[in-house]
Amino acid sequence: MSMKASTRQVDGVTIVDLSGRITLGEGSVVLRDTIKDVLGKGDKKILLNLGDVSYIDSSGIGELVSAFTSVQRQGGDLKLLHLTKKVHDLLQITKLYTVFDVQEDEANAIKSFTK
Amino acid sequence: MESTLESVNKAEEMADQIATQAGFDEDVRGGLTMAVREAMVNAVLHGNAYDPDKRVNLSFEQNGRELIITVGDEGKGLEPAEVPDPLAPENLMKQSGRGIFLIRAFMDEVRFRKLEPGTEITLIKRIPGTELDRQEAST
Repeated sequence: MSMKASTRQVDGVTIVDLSGRITLGEGSVVLRDTIKDVLGKGDKKILLNLGDVSYIDSSGIGELVSAFTSVQRQGGDLKLLHLTKKVHDLLQITKLYTVFDVQEDEANAIKSFTK
Repeated sequence: MESTLESVNKAEEMADQIATQAGFDEDVRGGLTMAVREAMVNAVLHGNAYDPDKRVNLSFEQNGRELIITVGDEGKGLEPAEVPDPLAPENLMKQSGRGIFLIRAFMDEVRFRKLEPGTEITLIKRIPGTELDRQEAST
């Protein structure tokens, strides 16, 4: 299953709903292009909803890291929402879990951007 | 197999089917198929650099105690000792370099062999419930 991404705005936060697989090739490219588009519009508060992401490989992890650093470089903030167990475990193994701000509830996640 | 992403996806599907037949549970299968995927990506992308003239050799062997998967490429060769530690603070935020680390994390044993030309990686996972697996669990 290829990856799909759609964006929506809630209280000044851009929520990117991702579904499918973030892997080398199409999935990683979709994520990269989506983040580029969002930043291009000047939106710098980004919440990546990974609830429907079934699988991430090392290339996908790299793309998440790249998205995080790109947003930070532009003075913005990128947070992760609704990690599946697989993705959670992968971020733990790679010691990236504490690097990302991981949120479990969308409403609370949106509020956290304004703090 | 051809040096394409399609081969990577095909290898991943084959690994999942064979691991299911071997009796691995879903969690182990997830790690095992990811290890195969990462080994194939290394072979296709870093080894053969998508060269249509270079092939990737993939084999699965099940001897009742272990599942042994071998991935060989025809690339410039890999020196595993020279691969930087992706958990080191200076590498943590790098975009790439986690493939071999993940392979090692999910497999019981990983071996590298230099080919002329290329690299062969052997991934070994002990089958649950076998004597080898019980010895491992008791140590």
